[in-house]
Amino acid sequence: MTKLRATTFLIAATLAAPLAAQQEGGRLDIVVQPEPPGLMLGLVQNGPTQLVAGDIYESLLRYNSDLEPQPSLAESWEISDDGLTYTFNLHEGVTWHDGEPFTADDVVFSADVFLRETHARLRASLAYVESITAPDDTTVVFQLKEPFGPFINAFEAGTMPIVPKHIYEGTDYATNEMNATPIGTGPFKFETWEKGSYIHLVKNEDYYLEGKPYLDEVYYRVIPDAAARAVAFETGEVDVLPGGSVENWDVPRLTEMEGVCSTGAGWEFFAPLAWMWMNNREGPTSDVRFRQAVMYAMDRDFVKDVVWNGFGKVATGPVASSTNFYSDDVTPYDYNPEKAEALLEEMGYDGAPVRILPLPYGETWQRWAEAVRQNLSEVGINAEIDSTDVAGWNEKTSQWDYDLAFTYLYQYGDPALGVSRNYTADRIKKGSPWNNVEGYENPELDAKWAAAATMVTPEERAAAYAEIQKEIVDDVPVAWLQELEFPTIYRCDVKDLVTTAIGINDGPRDAWIEE
Amino acid sequence: MSIFTVILSRAFKAFLTLLAIAVLNFCLLHAAPGDPAVVLAGEAGAADEQMIEQLRERFGLDQPFYVQLGKYVGGVLQFDLGYSFRQGAPVSELILDRLPATLLLTLTAFVISLVLGIAFGVAASARVGKPSDSLLTTLALLFYATPLYWAALMAVLVFSVWLGWLPGFGYETVGADYTGMARVIDIAKHLVLPALTLGLFFMAVYMRMTRASMLEVSQLDFVKTAKAKGLSGPAIRRRHILRNAILPVVTLAGLQAGQLVGGAVLTETVFAWPGIGRLMFESLAARDYNTILGVFLVSAAMVILFNIVTDIVYRLVDPRIGARA
Repeated sequence: MTKLRATTFLIAATLAAPLAAQQEGGRLDIVVQPEPPGLMLGLVQNGPTQLVAGDIYESLLRYNSDLEPQPSLAESWEISDDGLTYTFNLHEGVTWHDGEPFTADDVVFSADVFLRETHARLRASLAYVESITAPDDTTVVFQLKEPFGPFINAFEAGTMPIVPKHIYEGTDYATNEMNATPIGTGPFKFETWEKGSYIHLVKNEDYYLEGKPYLDEVYYRVIPDAAARAVAFETGEVDVLPGGSVENWDVPRLTEMEGVCSTGAGWEFFAPLAWMWMNNREGPTSDVRFRQAVMYAMDRDFVKDVVWNGFGKVATGPVASSTNFYSDDVTPYDYNPEKAEALLEEMGYDGAPVRILPLPYGETWQRWAEAVRQNLSEVGINAEIDSTDVAGWNEKTSQWDYDLAFTYLYQYGDPALGVSRNYTADRIKKGSPWNNVEGYENPELDAKWAAAATMVTPEERAAAYAEIQKEIVDDVPVAWLQELEFPTIYRCDVKDLVTTAIGINDGPRDAWIEE
Repeated sequence: MSIFTVILSRAFKAFLTLLAIAVLNFCLLHAAPGDPAVVLAGEAGAADEQMIEQLRERFGLDQPFYVQLGKYVGGVLQFDLGYSFRQGAPVSELILDRLPATLLLTLTAFVISLVLGIAFGVAASARVGKPSDSLLTTLALLFYATPLYWAALMAVLVFSVWLGWLPGFGYETVGADYTGMARVIDIAKHLVLPALTLGLFFMAVYMRMTRASMLEVSQLDFVKTAKAKGLSGPAIRRRHILRNAILPVVTLAGLQAGQLVGGAVLTETVFAWPGIGRLMFESLAARDYNTILGVFLVSAAMVILFNIVTDIVYRLVDPRIGARA
């Protein structure tokens, strides 16, 4: 009985505390790196754009850290039992930043017209959609052709940003002048952009959630050098370093400062997983024994502890452990150089040179490539590093001109959205680095991936994905490395900064500063 | 040849040179691996053929190479540098946006380095072998040999992080909305570290060159004549030696001046200075062709312009040059 009372009290306390304490006002300075090419989230979907534009634009839903849908522009929603009809009830009284009313027509225009033309990732999900209709101003219905379990995850701001119909209808979207001064429904409005210096957003006084946002303004600061970004945080110029803003070895120094907090939360939806593509088409990497040897040759714990300063988790297979449908029932590839050497001898590896293409995203990745090269050399693989810049990396990977190539990919909350695209044969297409670049072909597994995507119940899907993971891990189409963790570093007086599964990419809608 | 005809003939040659540079830049850039459409598609985290095709069509990359080249050169001839689809703005606008910050930084550094470099060079040459000469020469060697990147970071560490005297980066205090004199002072404070970091390297070069050249000229016969005439040491140095010794410095200053508009990539990066150097570097990384070509062309034009200016300055400093030609 005592225990029960204590629990009740605790729950009451946690519920009451934030309501009582939130303070209004203040300004937040957040680093954005690199400078976004544009802020129109419907046109540009890269990381920096979403970081800033995620404050301006919204979608129908948000997701908590367990990836459960939460209200955003939609107040409530319903999925029919057959998994074919998704009905959303929108908030009433929502206006665009220019004062025009937001209605269900904007949602239909965004999803059915605008984003179909501009948003490649959403287009893949929209292929399952039969129709999108607005029976009235606050209701939107998505009718699917067949059940598609992950569809409920498609209503995140970067995946389906809702854009204003009254501004874009009938125009050339890419050159519309309003792209420079984006108009959304979000908690913050665009104010100014001093190119090369900062982007200034101000509070949306007419935001539809009572009392929110709490902050008066947000500055996104452009600081191109990683060391300078660390200094900016140290000297108090900026309050928030989003994940990946500083090199890993600076993280302990900064988090040890007084009044500084950090969190690994806010990446559950993206769940970035790093691997090396191994060219399955030609050369030694086309032999499964060679690929397994690479897995055994790598000391992945060492990389995690040293190169990544302990952040992250060694990957066991294609699905990140923080997302749905992860299974650990797979063959483990522990560090075992002897086994690697035995596999190489069995296949008769002749010492043919193997090129490693690092990801040109800073020092950490360069060192990672060096660590792998050394591991491979130790078991007799003649590996060399073939460095290039971002454009060169895109070109080489999308034209399949590599042997081993570092990459990482977002999983978007569901294997059908973020995982299968790297392994099924229908995604072997030159010209894009975000598909089956390794050239892995397994028709049996292709059928299983397809079936798992359209199963209705989560239990069925979990069983199907567990089976896929077990099989594919034995084939080693790519060398899975690590589930990445990019800690967000911030001053502890900033509260409720990360409240969703995409963290500060959803914007500091709930954030407030304690005085 | 009068100065006027010199300028005219130089201008014509400059025009041809610029045109050749435009064509060469275009060819080189397109020969480099990397495709702006693929970079943009890559950043989006997903891409399909439809997206890549759309982008290539928009960038004009679906057309044959010679058509692209022709369009570009045609545009340049009409002073149109094209449109940056990546940044959604005309290239000339992007460059003009960054020009004030760049010029402020590079001109300040230029003036600091030229004035101090020549002054210290003259001073050192007058005290050859004395401790003050050794000190200046050693310092100059140090500034010359220190990598810019390291010097910049150390400057930030010492003056911004440890001492807290000066802001470590940026162009002005963000969000302070200063106006008038307060804004000027604010920008000046932000300017000190980057301008000094950039300026000290060139100051060292000018100093060493002035000193060496002064010493060389001071051995010539006309200096002896001047001494025999009874002129004072400072008067000889200023009116006779310096004027003859300065020609190599003018050459070097002309070269540096030509690069003013191209910005200073390293300094701008470390100090988060919103200049053209960074615009160029970031556009290069994204293969934003029109922007890179625009920056290259404007920089090339400036180099050519300052070469002409240098030639004219030669003639003013040393009238014999015009007479010989």
